[in-house]
Amino acid sequence: MSMDIFLQHLLNGISVGSLYALIAIGYTMVYGILLLINFAHGDIFMMASYFMIFAVVDFGLPVWISLPMIIVLTVILGMLLERSAYKPLRNAPRMSIMISAIGASYLLENLAVYLFSGVPKGYPDIPWLTKVINVGTISFQTVTVIAPVLVIVILGALMALVNHTRTGMAMRAVSKDFETARLMGVRIDRVIAVTFAIGSGLAAVGSVLWGAKYSSVYPLMGVMPGLKCFVAAVFGGIGNIPGAVLGGIVLGLGETLLVAFFPGLTGYRDAFAFVVLIVMLLVRPNGLLGEKEADKV
Amino acid sequence: MKRNVLAVLLTAVMTAAMLAGCGSGSGAASGGSGDGGEVIKIGVFEPLTGENGGGGSQEADGIKYANQVYPEVLGKKVELVIVDNKSDKGEATTAATRLVEQEGVVAVIGSYGSGVSIAAGDIFKNAKVPAMGASCTNPMVTEGNDYYFRTCFLDPFQGTVMANYCTQQGFTKAAIVYQNGDDYSTGLANFFKASFEGAGGSVVSEGVIQTNDSDYNSILTNIKASDAEVIFAPSSITVAGAFIKQARALGIDALICAGDTWENEAIIDVAGEAAEGVVLSTFYDENDASASEEAKKFVPGFKEYLGGDAIIPAVSALGYDAYCVVLDAIERAGSTDGEAVRQALADTSEFVGVTGAITFDENGDAQKNVAIVKTVEGGKFKYLDTVVVGE
Repeated sequence: MSMDIFLQHLLNGISVGSLYALIAIGYTMVYGILLLINFAHGDIFMMASYFMIFAVVDFGLPVWISLPMIIVLTVILGMLLERSAYKPLRNAPRMSIMISAIGASYLLENLAVYLFSGVPKGYPDIPWLTKVINVGTISFQTVTVIAPVLVIVILGALMALVNHTRTGMAMRAVSKDFETARLMGVRIDRVIAVTFAIGSGLAAVGSVLWGAKYSSVYPLMGVMPGLKCFVAAVFGGIGNIPGAVLGGIVLGLGETLLVAFFPGLTGYRDAFAFVVLIVMLLVRPNGLLGEKEADKV
Repeated sequence: MKRNVLAVLLTAVMTAAMLAGCGSGSGAASGGSGDGGEVIKIGVFEPLTGENGGGGSQEADGIKYANQVYPEVLGKKVELVIVDNKSDKGEATTAATRLVEQEGVVAVIGSYGSGVSIAAGDIFKNAKVPAMGASCTNPMVTEGNDYYFRTCFLDPFQGTVMANYCTQQGFTKAAIVYQNGDDYSTGLANFFKASFEGAGGSVVSEGVIQTNDSDYNSILTNIKASDAEVIFAPSSITVAGAFIKQARALGIDALICAGDTWENEAIIDVAGEAAEGVVLSTFYDENDASASEEAKKFVPGFKEYLGGDAIIPAVSALGYDAYCVVLDAIERAGSTDGEAVRQALADTSEFVGVTGAITFDENGDAQKNVAIVKTVEGGKFKYLDTVVVGE
């Protein structure tokens, strides 16, 4: 393999890994607070893509207005989902709320099939994200470079939020001990709502980058990223935000390099993600950066 | 008042058209609309959701339109029972069982996607319910199954057409990409490979795509490194647009080509300018001047039915033909008995449909030796060539 081809693979891997990271953060935050795997997260991501299509293609809004608008809409959808599907089950056994999450996921997918049909739609072209840059024989879109940078910025902002604000303190308290935090007067519902808002907002940001890179929008587009990012979150240590970012990037790079070095194994790309998950669960159940507590993360 | 007269006239024309179009000589003129209260049920076995949901819905549209044009057979109303096989082989057997056991359909039309058709084949065979595939092109659909027929050409033929095209363009190095677990995609890619290598070319790179995956950059980077001159990537429309766009973004300028599934405007919508120059083989061209009367009526009628001026997907035309040929067979059989209808289908000769004349061979495959090659130019599918492959 020549150097330029290797660099091309490396770039592909880092950019897909960064997208995984953005979505994985949503999983990990919700799990950290509620111990809930939000199976509908991938579908929120899908809905965000459709919002963008409606804003730009159907309503003809310029991109700079559409961008904040779809982030707000997605945040509202995420909070609405929490309010209707998860909040009523707050005191129910953990299994019930997980089943409710699976139900919410199917509901969103089928709603999308019903409303938008299964025919894929094109994501609106955002020139400053999709512009192709050529360096020697290496070609990539600007989004390939923007994604990892954005992930680092967002990671920094989130760490600041969690470690240095009152909301962040409340989040940490709830994550340490849900019941005690409630008894100490932490407004649980508000903390949870904020968590869902942040997760959904990041899913919306992820969907914009994803759309620019992959351009195809269809009702089941959230399924695979959803599963992979869940794997990434567990791999990095679920409940741990830098862990999710690390997990996403490792997974993206791993997948890409597997195909690069073993072209005969292209068919096992997805299998790779799940093998990684199983090995991780066997060897180090708390993930790369997870805390070494048996029960609580 | 005027509107009523028009309606009566239209009904008369449609009834006449049905008798003429479905080629029934026995003029059992049935004016009343299903006055017996009894209906004849025909199953529509299509993926409306999942990976092939888009194409399956379009095929179903063609069938529904045909049902609207020809709503009766043997003096009874035809009722379509539409089931969703969800592009999934497991769901497909459930859906097929429901059609034959609970709904008691007389015949089945479908499915888009060969894999689900193969999975359900034995269920139709054991229940003695004739099935009419519209666009499932894998040979295994009808092989060893007396009850499965189809109105389209087969993948070995289609693979040969595209391999010949590529050879004629002077290409000798090809890359093939196919979808894991998709019988249509893997089958067609292998037939292409065999033909292309048979003609002296070589396949320099092979890539496998996972269902529901959207990132093809690593496969494409391998292809880029292999210096392939042409990429043959038969795949679902969900994959196609994104695949083309990513290939061009990586600076790959090889010719990208595929089979019949790619003739779908969704691909141009998704890939945009990147779709320019893509080449594909398909069943049908709506602008074909030598088309039958049936085809000439179908084009404006179906466009009006869809309410737009978009190009008619070939699978809709095939769905339409599949319905008509089944109706014709029921008419000729004079009964709804599975065995009798099967025999009538097998005896079908030179039935004039939208996509050409249909005669079934001993496997139940329509004997079609004409494929149409199209390319994308100026954001539209453009007719390139008609390819006839002799015996």
